[in-house]
Amino acid sequence: MNQKRETRDGILFILPGFIGFLFFVFLPVIMSLYLSFTDWNFLEGVKAIKFTGLQNYGKLASDQWFKDSLVNNLKFTVETIPVCVILGMIFAYIIDRHIFLSKTVRTMMFVPYIASTVAVCIVWMVLFQPSYGPVNMFLKSLGVQDLPKWLSSKKWAMRAIVIIYIWQELGYFIIVFMAGLKSISSDIYEAASIDGASSAVTFFKITVPLLSPTTFFLSVMGIIGSFKVFDHISVLTQGGPGSSTSVMAFYIYKAAFEQYKTGYSNTLAWVLFALIFIVTMIQWKLQKKYSNE
Amino acid sequence: MKKSQLLKYILTVLFLALGITMLFPLLWMISTSFKVEADVFEFPVKLIPSRSNGFDNYRQVWGKGYNFALYYWNSIKIAVASTVLQVFLSSLGAYGFSKIRWKWRDRIFMLYLATMMIPSQVTLISRFLILREIHLYNTHLGLIIMASFSVYGVFLLRQNMMQIPESLSESARIDGANHWQIYSGIIMPLVKPAVATLAILKFVWTWNDYQNPLVFLNTRELFTIPLGIKEFASETGTFYSLNMAAAVCAIIPLIIVFLFGQRYIVDGITSGAVKE
Repeated sequence: MNQKRETRDGILFILPGFIGFLFFVFLPVIMSLYLSFTDWNFLEGVKAIKFTGLQNYGKLASDQWFKDSLVNNLKFTVETIPVCVILGMIFAYIIDRHIFLSKTVRTMMFVPYIASTVAVCIVWMVLFQPSYGPVNMFLKSLGVQDLPKWLSSKKWAMRAIVIIYIWQELGYFIIVFMAGLKSISSDIYEAASIDGASSAVTFFKITVPLLSPTTFFLSVMGIIGSFKVFDHISVLTQGGPGSSTSVMAFYIYKAAFEQYKTGYSNTLAWVLFALIFIVTMIQWKLQKKYSNE
Repeated sequence: MKKSQLLKYILTVLFLALGITMLFPLLWMISTSFKVEADVFEFPVKLIPSRSNGFDNYRQVWGKGYNFALYYWNSIKIAVASTVLQVFLSSLGAYGFSKIRWKWRDRIFMLYLATMMIPSQVTLISRFLILREIHLYNTHLGLIIMASFSVYGVFLLRQNMMQIPESLSESARIDGANHWQIYSGIIMPLVKPAVATLAILKFVWTWNDYQNPLVFLNTRELFTIPLGIKEFASETGTFYSLNMAAAVCAIIPLIIVFLFGQRYIVDGITSGAVKE
């Protein structure tokens, strides 16, 4: 009797959220999985859905735009996350206990993370303007001859986006590393300084090893986040010039809402999920090794 | 001792310079938003404009042709409504998953957690199809309803509620209080900091959200600020001073929220919150 009432109350409490979960998480996942095996343009209505089995997945191998997007995704991750992790850790270490005004500096580094990505991209678009933009004017004043065309060049567009991304994310890495540093007891540092260890030695022998759970967490989060990069691409380059800045999240959007390949775009989405799934699996395997508990 | 003190001063100066470099794009944005268009690219960069056109730039951005006021209103409406709804629904869910014992509780919660690593791109297209089907595509209501549920919100608040000793709600239960009374009178006041964290993060994310409005809105009058600025930038192309004025307007509310709620934002992201 009493238990019945508890069950009723429990269900009532979670119900409003659960309905949202069913309609906007659970059902879409099932739909998407099914659609990934079909050939369909949603504009033609439900009757036009053709089940094609594994055909879409087979098509991936011959889809150059897909291969380019996938490679760009991996390159983007390799060029952004290690920089964020390494700089983030060093900066956090210095800001935490080797400077005055550490709160102020931390806030200055963190503001770009809070700012709206679209607004920030519009600003950088102007900064990177090839002929008169401040970035190139600065490079010119340093004597650089062959000025990069940034967003309009195949060679430099992705690098420009990498720079913007690092600039935006670095503050996040610093903040989380600083929180990790707080958990290292200051006794260890005192002992080290009594033993006469230099800051550099302390950093490499104490801070880096003790921070490894944080480093691990940030690397995983960073990799997953960078796999999903979309806003920057959509605002700045639309994947261009050519396919030089197309990434998976952007290609999914393009295939779904510009080319109306409702089936195939879901196939692409599941490939992205597979990538993230692999990273998460590796995380679970390694977690034991790195977790403090 | 003296030597390390000196090093500390040097590093402080160095890192202040670094901080200013990080802020430079934003400072440049603010300064350019006040400039006459012809002065936008003067080099060396002057952060204090030699002649100001700020009033006119901002008037144009907020004026009829551009409709920034409308985008602002749309963004406020969507961000506030989805934040309030999400915090409320998440807290109800978190209570149901932590303070009431019932049969399928933990199984359903596991189902929630299992979906956490699925990227939004997987559900994006199907959510679009569902919204179209229930006639909420291209409406604010559709966006708000969709944003009102998040596994992360339930997860965060549940974590916090678990830390409240069981005895507290149980003794209230023995005294005859029902679950709604315990939820609103005892538990919610105790998890206020977590609620603030969730609310602030959710507000910032929704305010900045670009992909959802891009996919689920179509009519210009319904656009939020990110869509509005992007549209404006691609139309006016080279009116850089106006673009910067628009960008300033988009970022200012965030800076204000950040200054007041910095503690909660930092708490949230250090406990594992990531942009959705």
